[in-house]
Amino acid sequence: MRRIFLASVLASAAFLGTARAETGDVVMADHDMGPFHKIVTEVDYADAHGGLWNWDVEGWIGGDAERVWLRSEGEVEDGEAEDAELQLLYGWNVHPFWDVLAGVRQDFEPDGETYLAAGVTGLAPYFFETEATGFLSSEGDFSLRLEQSFDLPITQKLIAEPHGELNFFAQDVPDRDVGAGFSDLEVGLQLRYEVTRKFAPYIDLVWERSLGQTASIARANGEDVDDTTLRFGLRVWF
Amino acid sequence: MFTKYLRPAVFAAALLSVPVVAGPASAGTYRLTVSTAAMEIDGRTVEKMTINGGVPGPTLHLKEGEDATITVANETDEETSVHWHGILLPGIMDGVPGFNGFMGIAPGASYTYTFRIRQSGTYWYHSHSGTQDQSVLGAIVIEPEKPSPVLADRDYVVLLGDITPEDSNQVLRNLKADPGYYNYSKRTLLDFFSDVRSEGFGPTLKNRAEWGEMRMDPTDLADVTGYSFLVNGKTADGNETFLFQPGEKVRLRLINGSAMTLFDVRIPGAKMTVVAADGNDVRPVAVDEIRMGVAERYDVIVEPSGDGPYAVFAEPIDRTGYALATLATENGQKAPVPERRPRTLLAMDDMGMMHGGHEGHAMDTPQDAEGMHDMHDMHNMHEGHDMSGGAHHEGAGAPGEMNHEGMNHEGMDHGGSKPMEQHMDHEGMGHGGNPSMEQQMNHEGMDHGGGHPMEHEMDGKGHGHDGDHSGMAPPAGSSTLAQPSGWAAGFPEGAEVLAYESLQARSARSDNRPPERTVEMRLTGNMERYAWSLNGDRFQEAEPVRVRYGERVRLVFSNETMMAHPMHLHGMFFELENGTGPYRPLKDTVIVPPGKSVSVILTAREIGSWPLHCHLLYHMASGMMTAFVVEPPETPEARITPDGAELPLTLTHGSGHVGGHGSHGMQGGI
Repeated sequence: MRRIFLASVLASAAFLGTARAETGDVVMADHDMGPFHKIVTEVDYADAHGGLWNWDVEGWIGGDAERVWLRSEGEVEDGEAEDAELQLLYGWNVHPFWDVLAGVRQDFEPDGETYLAAGVTGLAPYFFETEATGFLSSEGDFSLRLEQSFDLPITQKLIAEPHGELNFFAQDVPDRDVGAGFSDLEVGLQLRYEVTRKFAPYIDLVWERSLGQTASIARANGEDVDDTTLRFGLRVWF
Repeated sequence: MFTKYLRPAVFAAALLSVPVVAGPASAGTYRLTVSTAAMEIDGRTVEKMTINGGVPGPTLHLKEGEDATITVANETDEETSVHWHGILLPGIMDGVPGFNGFMGIAPGASYTYTFRIRQSGTYWYHSHSGTQDQSVLGAIVIEPEKPSPVLADRDYVVLLGDITPEDSNQVLRNLKADPGYYNYSKRTLLDFFSDVRSEGFGPTLKNRAEWGEMRMDPTDLADVTGYSFLVNGKTADGNETFLFQPGEKVRLRLINGSAMTLFDVRIPGAKMTVVAADGNDVRPVAVDEIRMGVAERYDVIVEPSGDGPYAVFAEPIDRTGYALATLATENGQKAPVPERRPRTLLAMDDMGMMHGGHEGHAMDTPQDAEGMHDMHDMHNMHEGHDMSGGAHHEGAGAPGEMNHEGMNHEGMDHGGSKPMEQHMDHEGMGHGGNPSMEQQMNHEGMDHGGGHPMEHEMDGKGHGHDGDHSGMAPPAGSSTLAQPSGWAAGFPEGAEVLAYESLQARSARSDNRPPERTVEMRLTGNMERYAWSLNGDRFQEAEPVRVRYGERVRLVFSNETMMAHPMHLHGMFFELENGTGPYRPLKDTVIVPPGKSVSVILTAREIGSWPLHCHLLYHMASGMMTAFVVEPPETPEARITPDGAELPLTLTHGSGHVGGHGSHGMQGGI
């Protein structure tokens, strides 16, 4: 089932940009410039927890109306991969500023869980880059992730980007030490210098906190419920 | 890629073709070679597609009444094409791949264009394949059959251009990935603080919130930066020089042959007298500045009184640089660089009809359309609008209907708006049919209005706007920075800027029938996607506009975006409805300012599928184009074209001419 789904997503991707309209008066083949793409990768390091690496890849390939979206993020702490996930989604542009996405998410760490994923991404009023995605795991667990960020140019090349992420679980997920309700919040302020649009070193001050029952579980396990890290990274896109 | 290995051969070929071009075999016979060549742009050596190894290619000198025979050889490894901008010709000769059976010129192939020249004036040619028209281009000068009414001692082509060291397809990919990729004039946190200092926290925050709510950027004047600006292929350092002797009349054929740049052109110290627009003679009008849309042409006469040197200065509207040439009495002279003009910031007004409050302006009459041109006057204009909404039809179409005159006056009294007033003067004058009289009275009318004449004109079509308007009373919602506010601002107080209203054909139009039909052409786009469209459809999904042979149609371009679009129709001229009664000037490209409307009329006599598109290269490439189809005549009597040729009764479609090898005669074209 999972394989079939993935295959169909990839097949659709292969056909992107190949659609041709023929009106009889004009042969369109000469006027199609796509597909296009934008894939942004951020990798950063913090001198904490024995060396903390984070990566975040986000991007799309396709045309104006339909795109294949690729997302991956993960964390390596003291040489051990703590989290690693990959999302592959198909998106339809439904509004000038919004796309609806559907696809799959595969976790590699801390375990090999698979999810159906669906959500929206776009630009909310006041230029808030927004992503809201729901996940349904193969165990039937439902969770929601909301991410927002905002580009604030200080100069034309020095950009401050406040960003935040909030996770919500509809039920307890004991395997992951997560309790039902809002589970964790991450808020950060990235300051990057765009040497070019496509190459920007950055520093990112990130504060994370477990919430609600998830925080209680963490406390019971003797773990910290919050963490502040200063990350040094590089953002590139192609 | 493969290009690298081809290059030496290509260079050799380009060199070989030069002598052929230097001395055409006979008037109107040319051979052009499309090839890649290395050129230095902004300190970098890059490969660009060129004509005969140059950007621009050679100027083609043709003569009205003669047959042009132009062979284009493609020595690159990608398909190419050459389109003759503004030239009246059979569809297949128009040179747009996919239209009228022309399928482009394959690598290694050549194509011979042949067509009878039935016009004169200043035109240009460029590739119509992908984004090649960034560099594959040149000027065309057509000598009139009868001597030109405009006498000049010197005659020069001033081909303005923009060129970037970046690959032009990469530019489009960058814009698709991030529409703000090239905007390095965004409003910053530092700007915010300086605005707070000068205007206070509340107004500044309100302004930011208004733009933010709409997710729009008031600094979005130009999509692409990083251009070097050129005159006849030379940067300011290259100092293209036009020689003159004091007292001489110099005809400058200004051509905006850029990919993405609207230019403000001026010659400090000398008036420019516009004598032709888009190849067609107009009544002389003296101006200080001209805002030129991509692909527009203006022939101007300059009579420098002193020795000079004079700067021919063209600034892009986003002020990211300038093109500079010199009018000099001898080579080597160079005028000082004129004062740079400030960059404007878009105002809420430039949003035009996108904005909630302005919905009532769905227009079926050009009168209404014109009303849109200046939002400042909007509110006190309504009455005038309504009164004369219908009048203009007749005013333009059938001079002599008395009852409308009465209405006009009424509208004028009530509305009291300046653009309207000017309009009516024109209409009233149309009855007299005396050109010089009209001009005189026209001025009178404007003076009566209470301002200096130019202000009236500039209140009109938005093509040029006096700076003092915005400087004195910034409209609510526009930025409070020291920058001039509004797309059409940015000219100094008192400067006479060419307005579309001041363009009048040299002789009255003989066909003044009202249009049978109005075709609405909304200029639309999704800036988040860098997807530009017409009536909401990109070229890929757009239904062609279909008109009957001989049908008289009005095209109303309503710009619902925040950028100006120079709209171009292939294959025919249109009459610009600029309030000049029967003196509507002919054009083939018209700037539609942000949030404004412009209307044109044409009688469809050129059979074929003609591209109708925004001439900003990347707007066209991302979808802002459609086909304007003139259907063949239905009756045998209607089969005779204006130049006497007989037309076939059906359109032939594409597939027969694949590859574009060899020569195609005129008969193949329709």
